[in-house]
Amino acid sequence: MLRYLGKRFLLILPTIFVPLILVFLLLRLSPGDPAGMMLGDQATPEQIAALRTQLGLDQPIWIQFFLWLKGIVTLDLGNSIFFREPVMQIIPRYAVVTILLTLVALTLAIIIGITLGLISAMNRNKPIDRGVVTTAVLGISLPEFWFALLLIFVFAVTLRWFPVAGYNPPDAGIIAFGATIFLPALALGVRQSALMTRMMRSSMLDVLNEPYITTARAQGLPERTVIGRYAMRTAAMPVVTVAGLAAGYMLGGAVAIEIIFALPGLGRMLVEAVARRDYPLVEGGVLTISLVLAVLNLLIDLIYALLDPRIRYQ
Amino acid sequence: MTALVSPMPGERVSPATDAPVVLEVDGLSLSFRNADGLLPIVTDVSFSIRTGEAVALVGESGCGKSITASAIMGIAPDNAEIGGTISLNGQVISGLSPRERRKLCGRHMGFIFQEPMTALHPTLSIGRQMTDTLRHNLGMGQQEATNRAAELLDRVGIPRARDILRGYVHELSGGMRQRVMIALAISCGPSLIIADEPTTALDVTIQAQVLDLLEDMRRELNLAMLFITHDLEVVGDFCDRAVVMYAGDVVERGASADVVQSPAHPYARGLIDAVPAHDDGRTRLTPILGTVPPVGQWPQGCRFAPRCPRADSKCQTRPPIDRVRNTDVRCWYPLEESA
Amino acid sequence: MSNTQAISPDRLNGGDEEVFVTTNKSVWQRLTANPTAMVSIGILLVISLSAILAPLLAPGNPLRVSPADRFTPPGAEHFFGTDNLGRDMFKMVLHGGRTSLLVGLVVTIISMSIAVVLGAISGFYRQVDVVLMRLVDGLMAFPGIVLATAAAGIMGPSMTTVITSLSIVLIAPSLRVVRGQVLVVRELQMIEAARSVGVPTLRLFTHYILPAVSSPILVQASFIFSAAVLGEAGLSFIGVGIGPKELSWGNALTEARNYIAQAPWIVLFPGLALMFTILALNLLGDSLRDILDPRLARRR
Repeated sequence: MLRYLGKRFLLILPTIFVPLILVFLLLRLSPGDPAGMMLGDQATPEQIAALRTQLGLDQPIWIQFFLWLKGIVTLDLGNSIFFREPVMQIIPRYAVVTILLTLVALTLAIIIGITLGLISAMNRNKPIDRGVVTTAVLGISLPEFWFALLLIFVFAVTLRWFPVAGYNPPDAGIIAFGATIFLPALALGVRQSALMTRMMRSSMLDVLNEPYITTARAQGLPERTVIGRYAMRTAAMPVVTVAGLAAGYMLGGAVAIEIIFALPGLGRMLVEAVARRDYPLVEGGVLTISLVLAVLNLLIDLIYALLDPRIRYQ
Repeated sequence: MTALVSPMPGERVSPATDAPVVLEVDGLSLSFRNADGLLPIVTDVSFSIRTGEAVALVGESGCGKSITASAIMGIAPDNAEIGGTISLNGQVISGLSPRERRKLCGRHMGFIFQEPMTALHPTLSIGRQMTDTLRHNLGMGQQEATNRAAELLDRVGIPRARDILRGYVHELSGGMRQRVMIALAISCGPSLIIADEPTTALDVTIQAQVLDLLEDMRRELNLAMLFITHDLEVVGDFCDRAVVMYAGDVVERGASADVVQSPAHPYARGLIDAVPAHDDGRTRLTPILGTVPPVGQWPQGCRFAPRCPRADSKCQTRPPIDRVRNTDVRCWYPLEESA
Repeated sequence: MSNTQAISPDRLNGGDEEVFVTTNKSVWQRLTANPTAMVSIGILLVISLSAILAPLLAPGNPLRVSPADRFTPPGAEHFFGTDNLGRDMFKMVLHGGRTSLLVGLVVTIISMSIAVVLGAISGFYRQVDVVLMRLVDGLMAFPGIVLATAAAGIMGPSMTTVITSLSIVLIAPSLRVVRGQVLVVRELQMIEAARSVGVPTLRLFTHYILPAVSSPILVQASFIFSAAVLGEAGLSFIGVGIGPKELSWGNALTEARNYIAQAPWIVLFPGLALMFTILALNLLGDSLRDILDPRLARRR
């Protein structure tokens, strides 16, 4: 098992480094003077030169690369231009929000996806199945940010069940936290839950035709065991895979959702940092997202191995 | 032809004819309801199995033998409509809903599948699959069930039973898997075992071992067995009686020795003749000309008539089942005694 | 006879990649017989025509501010109402559609062209494949929006920037599809036969491999178009897509969120246009997949 996870981790490394290197190159090799762009028109040449030295932009690209790598490994990513604080101190408080949002959205998506997919598969071609399939098709075509606006209109503005925007951290109380995270998580998760519904339905339909389900029934096992244990265990596998992809997608979608709901998350921080040309913060943000993704994917691999013993021994 | 009825080492003793009847199927019919109406799959199937008896349900693919078995167990598709009577140990079970009939499975009826690799769950441990059924059907606790499962595996000849319980189906060989299936089928002490082509997917040497095992189990536990197969050698060797099916109909029924050695129905005769003789390979094969009519395209009257060399206009009417010599036959012109 | 079946080649050995093969009825026949395909094509025709004919159907500059007409609800004079600056929403949706669809189209063409070339090379040459797939794997998991945001930050938001970022981000999925198909086709005996006769590699590509991958490419193109339209809308909504001077469905919605309470129609109409386009493209992709390889048709 450990060997398996170790192997998976090695495969994840490109996932962490490729985007980072891409961003590194983008920042360093783009036309124009980054330092000048960062400080704006009012800056004096001395200020610009000082910033260039501070960022190491006057060094040859190889040295810049090694310094940058060293920084990543020692987790010293420099200071944010805008906040004048170390990047490593700024990022965690934003990252927490985004991670919470993504986790809630992912959980919602998985629960909805598995439940609806299951109901749909068990009632194949009956009205409820057709209803779920149609809803899923619509859900896949729904832009998350637009859905967020619609949700706000219905639930926040018209019904006043939820606040329009703003964020309460979990330590402000679970109700308060829930009130500010529910609509954003729902909006973020809608497309992915539609995809998972489809996947679960299709997977379950395949599994229900498998001989081992007939054997389980022929053993006299109650239907709830046959479906709940024998069918679900194999049917859930592709959904787990989709969940992994969904996590990555959601980290991206979180950007718009955080902006709409005014959540102090990583996505919003990143957009603002990009607008301010706050490169250290941008790099820090990209690195954090990569790491979060890597951890989530390792978790998914772990769940996979738990569900399917054959994988552990590869 | 005599090759089909080879004497087994340790003479098989057929059960006494007054042994209690375990399974009684009377006039069973099954049809699928679809958009166009009712599509008959199996019509007027009748046979019975006594304690300790092995009855073969013989026929080509598509004759309805497997669906008959699933009707008995209550695992036929939802849109199947079932008529006739099925009784298990004297109790009529055909009146029960399929779901209720299914509840009798495991405890009273065991099932052995054709392909054990796909018939056992790929990611649940063998032990889990066995204890699930023991706990549900016999109310055992976890520890007791595990012990019982180990005993059962031992009994079917699987070494290192405790290790196998922790293992998974992909770690076992074909023969071992089938033994696990057998252990699973007999685990709750059923009175009837239905085996759907249990040896077809196995190598010939393993086939013999598995058949020996089934024979031991049958004797030890006094099981009634319904053996679904298209392999006539197995019918001759292993089963006491045989029921031959063709296109949803029972065409011949009797002691397997009689059915196999001197069949009265032309189709049964054709099947026997089609088996390659164990000679030097020089005699030509004699196939039955034509093909089986697909479901929904059965001819009126005798369904074998289009392929039967003896058919005439009388065969446009469906023949009833009559006793001819030693077997029951559905034919207007049953064959004479043959060598 | 019960054993006769429709003529179709056996499933080819190639792992779990789909194999697209043709059957007897013509593609056109099957297309017109498929209601989902027809409906989605219909929707797309309506949307594209209204976008192309925008200057005729909704003449005038859509970005022209008219404070006197602010927040007019949908009615006879303004079909979709006006926004916070008095701009006619109907004009904005139609003209915005031109940008959104154009970006979608260009991104699809660019990314799929690159994906086909790279995928074919990768499928054919093992050494290239090993390196390329590591890179692609590394890129695929990462949210493209973040990369596109970073790119916009550096190059400034504009139509060119958004087209470039989206094209790069959307290469990966198509590349996998093409590569998978090439891997399967490569093992076919007819390739071996052709090679043994001395057919040059380039001709092998153009005459043997590319036709075999044309079906999945078509299916994939529909989904990529859908993803491109969605991506551009999302990026423009945040402000890192097209430039402030340009108009698409995405940035028509940017300000809308501030005025949801007063004028919900600002949110409704561009979003509906967006959703219907994406829906139609997704449905088209699904039905194309069913049509082009009926054996792989999903259970209905």
